[in-house]
Formats: sequence, structure tokens, C-alpha cells
Amino acid sequence: MSDGTKDTVVPEIEVRDLYKSFGDNEVLRGIDLEIGQGEVVCVIGPSGSGKSTLLRCVNLLEEPTKGQVFVGGTEVTHPDVDIDAVRRRIGMVFQQFNLFPHLTVTENLTLPQRRVLKRDKTEAARVAAENLERVGLTEKATSYPSSLSGGQQQRVAIARALAMGPEVMLFDEPTSALDPELVGDVLAVMRRLANEGMTMMVVTHEMTFAREVADRVVFMDGGVIVEDGPPAQVITNPSHERTRHFLSRLLDPAMAEVEEVAEGETVAEVSDRTNGPAD
Amino acid sequence: MTEVTDRQVQPRKQGLTRRQKRALSRGAQYALFVAAVVAFAVSADWDRLQNQFAQADLAQQMFPDIITLALKNTVLYTLSGFVFGLVLGMVVALMRLSSVGPYRWVAGIYIEIFRGLPALLIFIFVGVAVPLAFPGTEIPGGTYGKVALALGLVSAAYMAETIRAGIQAVPKGQLEAARSLGFSHARAMVSIVIPQAFRIVIPPLTNELVLLFKDSSLVLFLGVTLEERELAKYGRDLASQTANSTPILVAGLCYLLVTVPLGFVVRRLETKAGEATR
Repeated sequence: MSDGTKDTVVPEIEVRDLYKSFGDNEVLRGIDLEIGQGEVVCVIGPSGSGKSTLLRCVNLLEEPTKGQVFVGGTEVTHPDVDIDAVRRRIGMVFQQFNLFPHLTVTENLTLPQRRVLKRDKTEAARVAAENLERVGLTEKATSYPSSLSGGQQQRVAIARALAMGPEVMLFDEPTSALDPELVGDVLAVMRRLANEGMTMMVVTHEMTFAREVADRVVFMDGGVIVEDGPPAQVITNPSHERTRHFLSRLLDPAMAEVEEVAEGETVAEVSDRTNGPAD
Repeated sequence: MTEVTDRQVQPRKQGLTRRQKRALSRGAQYALFVAAVVAFAVSADWDRLQNQFAQADLAQQMFPDIITLALKNTVLYTLSGFVFGLVLGMVVALMRLSSVGPYRWVAGIYIEIFRGLPALLIFIFVGVAVPLAFPGTEIPGGTYGKVALALGLVSAAYMAETIRAGIQAVPKGQLEAARSLGFSHARAMVSIVIPQAFRIVIPPLTNELVLLFKDSSLVLFLGVTLEERELAKYGRDLASQTANSTPILVAGLCYLLVTVPLGFVVRRLETKAGEATR
């Protein structure tokens, strides 16, 4: 916003030469990524490839070691930035939902609006009802999260983020903690959101979703972006051996075991971890 | 598989079956219990016991003062100590979790010292040492203030550890979710984390209340006026006046009058807390 005086289109999310280490462990090793307004980008890759860390660096839940992140033209990584103000513009959905268990569904949606956006009671309630309807859970308004299924909890979490009126939505493996039969409802909500023109960055193992909904698919491995392009290219016809290898294991876990035996320990270890969430 | 089943089906050649053994063991325990009760009943001098502990008219004399004065004071001492301890404990707990090193050290030292000292010593310290060391300083509230301070200092150390554990028991994702919605760290703690932590620590804090209720009897080491006596002191005074222990027994029953229902409440809260999580 601040330096958007020129007519050039500012990407909604821009990541420049991003590095992140946890102690000696370098998780991100020079990431460059741009996501345009209204674009849906799915980030895929094996566990430990740094995709979740990258996502968490965008709203500074993780502090990058080096590099810059811009959201809507504001440099998030600038030391003087009001990070709380920036986060208001970025919605985030977590693998473990993270609903507030001591509050009802409606209160989960209204409390952040009232405390953070200073909306009054009626306005907050109106926005909450609107967004609950958007995810199809109006009838659960007075329930507590513990009485909801995982899929319903995740839809409430999406509604909670949307109630803040974000410009961008980040999804960190939103369906990985769900029973397979509950995944569909959550993906349907996300699909609708994408069709409405929301800018979305989605870390996921759902290849069908990536193929059908994403404008671009980014494949990460070992802390770098290996491949970045339209889903038809990255998923259906990957140009890198690492991408092909990852996809074949993801789509056919049985195959992976054959490969493990052939390729020894390192591969076995990685594929063990990827097989879990890949429903 | 088949081999194992065959062996189980085979009748035992000698000795008792498992069920018989269990019945025998239980029978022995009942017998031991009955024997102990009988031995106690026979060996006790019931007349003397009644004389010393259960003088109905003496007990009657104690009412209503034991309730309106002694029990009331006990409750007042306990509650003032609990409130002071809770506030101080909350502060110490937050210091313990602070990212500022010196805060953590001070909190840690405080906890180690006050958890490691007998409550009695702290009472003597507050009652005697502080006025001697700082002449002219008057702890506000007189005896009530001193008790609140002494009980508060003791309980704050325990409550700080309880509250810290409660805050740490709230999943990290809760703070992250709040931060990602734009809550500041402080606001996220106040609106999201601490309310959940308190739910977790209510049962142990109620337990602490029971302990404080009993520890309030240490007031007698501060030297109290007649009007400031609580249950233990009141019972003891009356016992020495009448050369009879009935007042002690009645005072004891008054403690149980409060602690038993509180214990019941704790168990209820624990069951409820168990249901609430997940």
C-alpha cells in the first residue's frame, strides 16, 4: 500500500531470497516466490522440505533468518512493521484447527473481531453469522468446538479467519489431520473461496485439489523451490526427477516401499513421513 | 495356538484355582479389618474417651462463638491469604515464563525459597522479624494483614508453579492462532491462553485453598487478641480452661465441615475438567 503509488501491479505475496534456520538446521535455503492477487498457489513437497516453514514466514509466525517478505506491498520482515496490523490482513488456517475450546463457535468468530478490529457487538455477530453460513455451519453457532467433527472444526477455523476480512489466506495442511471422509467438505469450502477470487497459499498433500483448483503448483524439496508452474506441468508432467519421485510415492505408497528397499535408508526415512498425511 | 488352549483346559492337579485364591485373600483382609476394629473397641477406655472428648454440655457452651468468631476468622484468614497468594502467584508465574532472564531467575529463587520453608517459620518471620528489623513499619490490616502476608507468601510459591504448569498445558497452537488473527502477545495471553489455563488449574488451586485453610491455624504463633482467635487457637484455649479436650474435637469437626465439602468440589471439578478436554 505504502509504496504502491506506481501503476505496476504489486504481487499480493512476494518472498525474496528467504532463509530460515532452526539452530544448525537450515530449513529454507533461498526462496523466491511471487503470488499475484487472486492467485491460488499450492505448495507441495516431502515432509521436512520447508513448505510449512515458508508459509509461517509469510505472517511471521516464524522469524526468517535472512531475506524479505512482502504482503500487499508492505514489507512484513521490516523491523519497524506493526506485525499485528499486518496479520489482520492475512488469514491463517492450521492443520490442528486451533479453535478456542473455551468459546462457542460464534464466540470464536466474534472475539477476534471485537478485540482486534474493535467491531461492536452487533456488527461482529452479523459478520460471524455471515461467515458461518459461508462454510455451511449456521446450525452449529452455539456449539462448542469439542462437539464438532474435525471437518466442521476446520470449516469454523476458516470462517474465523474470513471474519477478519483478510486479503490473503494461508492454509497449512488444512486436511492432513482429518479422517478421509471429512476432507471433502473442507476442500469444497476452499474451492468456493478460490472461485470467489481469494488469494490463497495452500500447503497440501491433496493432489486432486492442487490439480483442479490451483493456478500454480510449487514443489519444494530440501529448503528450495525445485519446480514452479501450472498444475498441468508440475503434477502431470514434472520436469525434475525429484518431483517425479515425490509424486510417484505420494500417488502410490505401495510403489514407494518397493523403491525404499531398492534405494536404502535415506529414502525410506523420508517416504515414511510423507506416506502418513497422503490420504 | 491350539497347544495353549489345550493346556488351559487341563484341570489343575493340585492347589487352588485362581478364583479360589482371590476369595481367600479377600476373606483374610475382611478378617484383619474386623480384628483391628474389635481390638480398638476393646482396648479403648470408652468412659474416659467420652469424658475427655465428648462432653455434650461443654460442646454446647462453645456455640455460637466457635462459628461466629473462630470459624469466621479462620475463613477470613484463609481467603485473604488465598487472594494475596493468587495475585502474587500469578505475577511470579508470568515472571517465570518471561523472556527476560532476571525475571525468570527472581521467580525461580522465590519459588525455591518459599516452597522449601515450613509455613511456621514464615509466620514467625512475618510476625516477629519484620517488625523488629523495620521498626515503625506497620503491616496494614493488623493481624489480618500479617496472616494474609504470611499465608500469601507461602501459597504464592505453590500457586505460581501450578499456574505456570497450567499456562504451559495450553497447546502452543492456541497462541499461534490468536497471533495469526492479529492479537498482540499480551492480549492473546489475557483473552485466550490464561482463561484456558485457569480452567486447568481450578482443581489444584482449590486443593491449595484446603491446605491454606488448615495452615491458617498457625496464626496462634503471631499472638492474637481474643477477638482474632481462629478455630485451632479457640479450641486450644477453651481446652486448657476446662481441662478437657472436647473443644479440640469440636474445632476439628468445624475444619471438616469446610474441608470435606471442598474436597468433594475438587473431585467434581476434576471430573468436569477431564470431560472438557477433548
